[in-house]
Amino acid sequence: MKSLEAKPQHNNVRSRSELKAFQQKMLEMLYRPLSPDWKSRKKTDEGISVVKIAEGLIKPNDRLTSFERLEIYNRCYWFRVLDSLYDDFPGLLALLGNRKFLKLITAYLIRYPSESFTLRNLGSRLESFLCEEPEYASPLQEIALDMVRFEWAQIIAFDEIAREPISPKDIQKRDPEKLRIGLQPYLALLELNHAVDRYLIAVKNQEFDGLRKEASNTSNAAPEGKNHRRRLSLPKRERVWLAVHRYDNMLYYKRLEPAAFTLLKELGKGTPLEMACGKAIKRDGSAKQKGVLKADAFQEKLQGWFAEWSSLRWLTLPSPKK
Amino acid sequence: MPANEFNGFTDYGIGIGLRVPHYRHILAEKPLVDWFEIISENFMVEGGRPLEVLDQILEQYRVVQHGVAMYFGSADRLNREHLKRLKRLVKKTKTPWLSDHLCWGSVDGRYTHDLLPMPYTFAAAKVTADRIRQARDYLEVPICVENVSSYAEYHASEMTEWEFLSEVVEAADCGILMDVNNIYVSSENHGFDPYEYLNNIPHHRVGQIHIAGHSKFEKYTLDTHDHPVLDPVWKMYAHLLKKTGPTATLLEWDDSIPSFEEVHREALKANLFHKAKTPAASSGATR
Repeated sequence: MKSLEAKPQHNNVRSRSELKAFQQKMLEMLYRPLSPDWKSRKKTDEGISVVKIAEGLIKPNDRLTSFERLEIYNRCYWFRVLDSLYDDFPGLLALLGNRKFLKLITAYLIRYPSESFTLRNLGSRLESFLCEEPEYASPLQEIALDMVRFEWAQIIAFDEIAREPISPKDIQKRDPEKLRIGLQPYLALLELNHAVDRYLIAVKNQEFDGLRKEASNTSNAAPEGKNHRRRLSLPKRERVWLAVHRYDNMLYYKRLEPAAFTLLKELGKGTPLEMACGKAIKRDGSAKQKGVLKADAFQEKLQGWFAEWSSLRWLTLPSPKK
Repeated sequence: MPANEFNGFTDYGIGIGLRVPHYRHILAEKPLVDWFEIISENFMVEGGRPLEVLDQILEQYRVVQHGVAMYFGSADRLNREHLKRLKRLVKKTKTPWLSDHLCWGSVDGRYTHDLLPMPYTFAAAKVTADRIRQARDYLEVPICVENVSSYAEYHASEMTEWEFLSEVVEAADCGILMDVNNIYVSSENHGFDPYEYLNNIPHHRVGQIHIAGHSKFEKYTLDTHDHPVLDPVWKMYAHLLKKTGPTATLLEWDDSIPSFEEVHREALKANLFHKAKTPAASSGATR
């Protein structure tokens, strides 16, 4: 076995536990945020020299210091994760602008680093983070929160499991008092306070193909925000009931009437059909005119909804848990 | 060779990586391609378009799985959820072998999504080999580990990279996915002779070869997969084939991806070297 030059006595890796300690140290270094000009910072928050830490771990060569070699990995880490979130949240990026978006997602990744083998899940806790730290999106925190929920729902809708849809026949055969209907796991129902759906249509155009691209190459380029040619008007403040779903493996979102939204929400919770319809009818404006409940009008509407939802394959048998 | 226990005794030729910008072309035109390599993690999902595309590809083509997130060299226990999903995909694709990298990338359940070089020590080799064995036993498919390109060397290392690779694959009794471009990139960054690397690995364990392009910067060379294969890499490839015999070869092109035809044309250049007389080929290799 060829012997290499003498190594410092620290940072040895002679056991599993030393390997783990070594990897923990490296991870800590890679997770350190970059400076605004995309370089590694030379001191930790506690004022410890990263240059010294790098020298203890990594050999220099004739062109690069230990710190510069560590910096390559530090940059690659950040470029990869930031790129992924730029791709997944184009609406949030357009809303906040590049600088604010970058600040937000950097802070997010420091608190919630990836705990999944796939970058697909990287943004899964962004909504929670925004609730905890709304000032990162200030003064647009409410719109930003709507946008994050909407964009995360699209990630779910894109590749979450599809269950066998039920047919209208299945519904007709059963007692509505007891009948429970499930919803596709990929269908997300969102109650929003801003028209972020319309805003995103304006932002995205063809940019987003939605297909994740994990690969084994290395990128040396900092992520870039898309240059939106014109400043878009902010999403209008309005109550929006939205279904985010896929059909024939294409992603869609559809505005719903409040009563339809209520009905779907209740079905999703496992409420029996009749009771769910009862809650929906209370929500329905057209069913009440001059204080009189117009059951026929609502019945007609209900049939239309179920026909549509069946054709969209949203309705399934309930999951075994319910 | 080329058919050996590490590539499931198959006789695959030149393949290319299945990449999103080519989906439409491949599905519509059905070009003649010996096999496609898929990135496992892109298809370890529950439904939707990725699986629909994969089903269509599987109807027409042979597919081999290549992973980027197994992190055989991580000190943690193997991630069971990851393995379960991977096995589901293995059953679906019927991949004759499966590859992932000789690297680490996560610790304590936190991920870097990068292929980080190992400290080349005996202890690290043992941990890594144990994990490869466990994964293979669970997945029930031969495993080939791929050497990564690297930009740093650790003080902790006790041996060279090729010694470490040999130590791991012998201990795990697994195959090698020899990435020739990665050897070249690392040799440029660390100043070793890439041919010393190529000459000193257990050649009978090579189940697959990767070729790719790279980018040279002022102070280092980066494994960018965004160019055609460069001449020094082709020369190394030819040299390796002399040792291994014709071996399943895959061109990786992951960034600035040109048309399908261009990528395929570049990959098929490898045939020139396969057709050249090699010791293994002339002594009755099955190709």
